[in-house]
Formats: sequence, structure tokens, C-alpha cells
Amino acid sequence: MRVVICAGPATTGKTSVVRHTAKKLLHAGHKVAFVKLDVQYADEDEILAEELKIPTRKVYSGELCPDHCNVMVLGDAMQWAEQHGCDVLIVETAGLCLRCSPYVEGGLGIVVLEATSGMNLPLKVGPMLSLADVAVVTKIDRISQAEREVFRSRIQDVAPNVRVREVNALHGIGIDPLVNEVLETPEVNGPMFLRGNPPVGTCTICVGKKEIGWQSHFGVVRALENQVFYRGE
Amino acid sequence: MIRSISILGGQGRRGAPDAFERIDLHMGQVVSIVGPTGSGKTTLINDIELFAGGDTPSGRHVLINDEPAPVEYRYNPAKNPIALITQHTTFLSDLPVRQFLLTHSKVRTGGSESPQMMMDAIEFANKLTGEPIDLDNRMTELSGGQTRALLIADATVICSTPVVLLDEVENAGIHRTKAVQLLREFRKIFIFVTHDPRIALLSDFRIVMQGGRVTQVLSTSEEERGVSAHVNRLDDALSALREKLRMGHRLNAGELQEVA
Ligand SMILES: Nc1ncnc2c1ncn2[C@@H]1O[C@H](COP(=O)(O)OP(=O)(O)OP(=O)(O)O)[C@@H](O)[C@H]1O
Ligand SMILES: Nc1nc2c(ncn2[C@@H]2O[C@H](COP(=O)(O)OP(=O)(O)O)[C@@H](O)[C@H]2O)c(=O)[nH]1
Ligand SMILES: [Mg+2]
Ligand SMILES: [Mg+2]
Ligand SMILES: [Zn+2]
Repeated sequence: MRVVICAGPATTGKTSVVRHTAKKLLHAGHKVAFVKLDVQYADEDEILAEELKIPTRKVYSGELCPDHCNVMVLGDAMQWAEQHGCDVLIVETAGLCLRCSPYVEGGLGIVVLEATSGMNLPLKVGPMLSLADVAVVTKIDRISQAEREVFRSRIQDVAPNVRVREVNALHGIGIDPLVNEVLETPEVNGPMFLRGNPPVGTCTICVGKKEIGWQSHFGVVRALENQVFYRGE
Repeated sequence: MIRSISILGGQGRRGAPDAFERIDLHMGQVVSIVGPTGSGKTTLINDIELFAGGDTPSGRHVLINDEPAPVEYRYNPAKNPIALITQHTTFLSDLPVRQFLLTHSKVRTGGSESPQMMMDAIEFANKLTGEPIDLDNRMTELSGGQTRALLIADATVICSTPVVLLDEVENAGIHRTKAVQLLREFRKIFIFVTHDPRIALLSDFRIVMQGGRVTQVLSTSEEERGVSAHVNRLDDALSALREKLRMGHRLNAGELQEVA
């Protein structure tokens, strides 16, 4: 089983990228399963099941951070995909937690960013970008060549080792390199681990202590001064 | 070194094939792409810029020196031999013009930021605009004409590539003839999409499009070259009128007599 985790802010084009990539994988004879992970609403599973006739399902993370939820459910999801005879599992995740990484060791980590989002976006998405293998830049049809090149360089400034691949996800232009990335990803065998280090071991806010002010908390705390740009490693 | 760019025919919107098998563009040639609105001109120019390999909706292939383009053209802008001036009349990049040009100079030279290129680019752009662009303007604040002028300046000064693709220079109120002259000076292959007869007649041949497909490839005939001088006179006269109106002057009845 090959595992692909596709993360990115809302409406950047994750589903569009998955759609075109899955189509080409199916065309090449692979069997693809799809899981959509979101906090409280998603219909991508129904859309892709209908369109591509592949096994799909959705998971609502609810009160859990979607990336933590991924850790909880991914093992089961792989078994489920295997039972359906699939050899590629693609997970689309909301990527709302900008502190943890949504990716797993040994799987392919894809972050989807839109070229129209403004030049500071790469600085804002933390480990979702810096721990990805590939950064897919969508909506290149909506900007000039010069802006596309400057956006690429803003990504490489933050994440020099991430492979940047520009696409028009509406028309599926530039998808072939992503299909190759998937095919070059090794099969996952044995236990899997979340990539990178989670930012906090125990977070007092997560367990329900809601009082504002770092003085009321323990573990990893942070004051207004002493800001650190969190890169995930 | 780029010697030629070739386009292998694909199909139009409804699947009908392009009316050519292969078009070869050689160093020094100037080509225009003409056709009604929505006929696929931008799509064709994008196919060239993306080094299409049958992976775009048109199914066309683009060859550089008779071979598929090396992948580094795509992934390293410093190696990319093509500059594309898109049809966009707004920037979405929320950077100041200064920072944008500096970053792009670094990207395209593969070296460090070049304040000299930035200054040259802004000076070039301001030759084409009415109201000048300030380096401290945000890109998103620029007007349609200023945006186009900056794109042209960026392509000429910063990209400085052997191949330039230009999508409709005319519809942004900038000095288009000047822009085309300046651009052509150093180029080896120059391809532009245009609705403007003056600009179309500058080319060695023109690609005609309809319904997403290429319907004809026409060389500029001797007769057409003959007309070109007259077209230029008409166009200059119209430009003079345009400039007068812009400056708030009144026009008089005899204005167009000498060209008509
Ligand atoms: N060969 C093709 N196959 C499929 N779709 C195409 C093809 N060529 C063009 N299209 C589609 O047709 C639409 C119009 O094409 P395009 O923008 O290239 O037109 P244009 O000639 O540049 O128009 P304008 O003069 O308004 O700029 C686009 O949505 C484009 O994706
Ligand atoms: N113009 C353009 N639109 C795109 C592109 N990719 C996605 N979109 C549009 O952006 C919207 C959101 O896309 P979707 O794939 O649902 O994003 P998601 O929320 O990240 O899954 C849809 O309307 C898509 O059609 C692209 O490359 N170009
Ligand atoms: Mg989606
Ligand atoms: Mg167009
Ligand atoms: Zn988290």
C-alpha cells in the first residue's frame, strides 16, 4: 500500500489535485482508495465516489485536531483500503493545525497551496509545508508567469528541499509529475510514525483549562515576548 | 542554445484537429496569433510556455530544438528560455513593487538580488505608462495599464530570454507600438497574440484560430507588407487623437483629413 497525505488550507484545490491524480493512477491500472478528513463538514468522499467509482469515506475529527485524528484513524483506513483491494490510499486533510505535521514517515506528503493566496502564505503554514515532500501550487492560470516564479521562490526560501510543482488543477495541467511522485513512493510496511515532532506533549488548553494567560498553564507555555517561528523540527 | 521551437498539432474544444501537423519557429522569426475572443489564443501561447507534452486539454506537444524540453526549464526559472507576458491586468501578489522586482531578479539570474535590474525595470515600465509606478506601491494597487507595463518591463529587463510570448499588448492603454519595438530589439523568437492589424503585420506569419483549434497558418504576403505603411499612418493618427483626448484637449473637424 502506498499512502499519500494531501494537506492544505481550505479551497486551495486539494480535491481538484486528488481528482486528476487519481484519474491518471486509475488509468495506469492502479486501485485507489480515498479518505477525506475534516472537522465538521465534507462531501468530497461522495463526489469522488460518484465520479471515479472508487471506495471512499470521510472522517470528522470533531473536537480533535485533524492531524491528531489522522494519527488515530490512519491504521484502520489502510486496512479498509486493503480489504477493497486498493494499492494506493489518498487522504485529503483540512490541515487546520498549523503546528503539527499531517504527514507520515514513508508516505508521500503533499501540501497544496494556491498561487492566488498572497506571497506570505508559505511563511504561515509551518510544518504543513516544511515537512512536506512536494508543494503543489494551484491556480497558476490566474496569475502572471513572474508572480508564479516569485511565489515558487517564497516557498523555497522557507522549505528549500520541498519539490515545487505548479499545476492548473481545474484542467489537470501539470499533474503527470505528481503521478510519478506517487508511483515512486515506496509501499508502507510495518508500523507508521507521524513525521516531525508534535509541538506540545500535553497541552493544558486541549484538556479543558480555558483561562486566558500563560500564567494559568503549565507544560509548554509562551508569553507575548519570545516569539519563535515554528518550523516543525 | 535555442535554435527552434516546434508545435505539434493537437485538437480544439470539440475534438476537431488543428489544421497543421507541425509548426517550426526559428531564431529571428516573429509570429502572431489571431482569432476571435474565446478562440483559444491564450491556450496556445500557454501550451508553449508550459512546454506542453500532450498533457494539456489541447493535446499539443511543444519541442525545443526538436526534443521535448528539459525538465529544468520548468523547475528552475533561471534556466527557462521563455518569458510570457500574460493577459492579466491585475496582480494578486501583495508585495511592494520593489521587493517583487528584487526577488524576481534573484530568481531569473540564479544569483542574488539585483538593485540595478530593479531600477532598469521600473524606468522601462514608466516609459510605457501614463502615471508612473512607484517602487513603494503594492503590486495589487497598480492599475491595469501599469500592471501590463510592469509585466513587459519585467520580461524585457529581468527575464531577458531569447523567446518572448506576449498576450494582447494592445488592450491596456499603454504605448503599445513602443512596447513592441522595445521588446523586439533583443529577441530571437517573438510570438504575440493580437487583435491589432499594425502589430499583426509586423510578423513573418500568423496563426489563425477558431473554436480552440488552429484553422490556418498564413505568411504575410508582399501585398500585406505594402499595406502596412498605410495602416501605420492611420494608427498614428488615431493614437494622436487618443492622446489629445487623454490630455483633456478638444478635437477639430479637419483632424483626420490627411490620412483618410
Ligand atoms: N484546444 C482546446 N481544448 C480544450 N479547451 C480549449 C482549447 N482551446 C481553448 N480552450 C478553452 O476555451 C476557452 C477560451 O480560450 P482562450 O482563453 O485561450 O481564448 P482567447 O482566444 O485567448 O480569448 P480572448 O481573446 O478573450 O483572450 C478557455 O476556457 C480554454 O480553456
Ligand atoms: N482557476 C483555477 N481554479 C481552481 C484550480 N484548482 C482548484 N480550483 C477551484 O478552486 C475551488 C476549490 O477547489 P477544491 O479542489 O474543492 O479545493 P479544496 O477545498 O482544497 O479541496 C473550486 O472551485 C475549484 O474549481 C486551478 O488550478 N485554477
Ligand atoms: Mg476538498
Ligand atoms: Mg486570451
Ligand atoms: Zn495539532
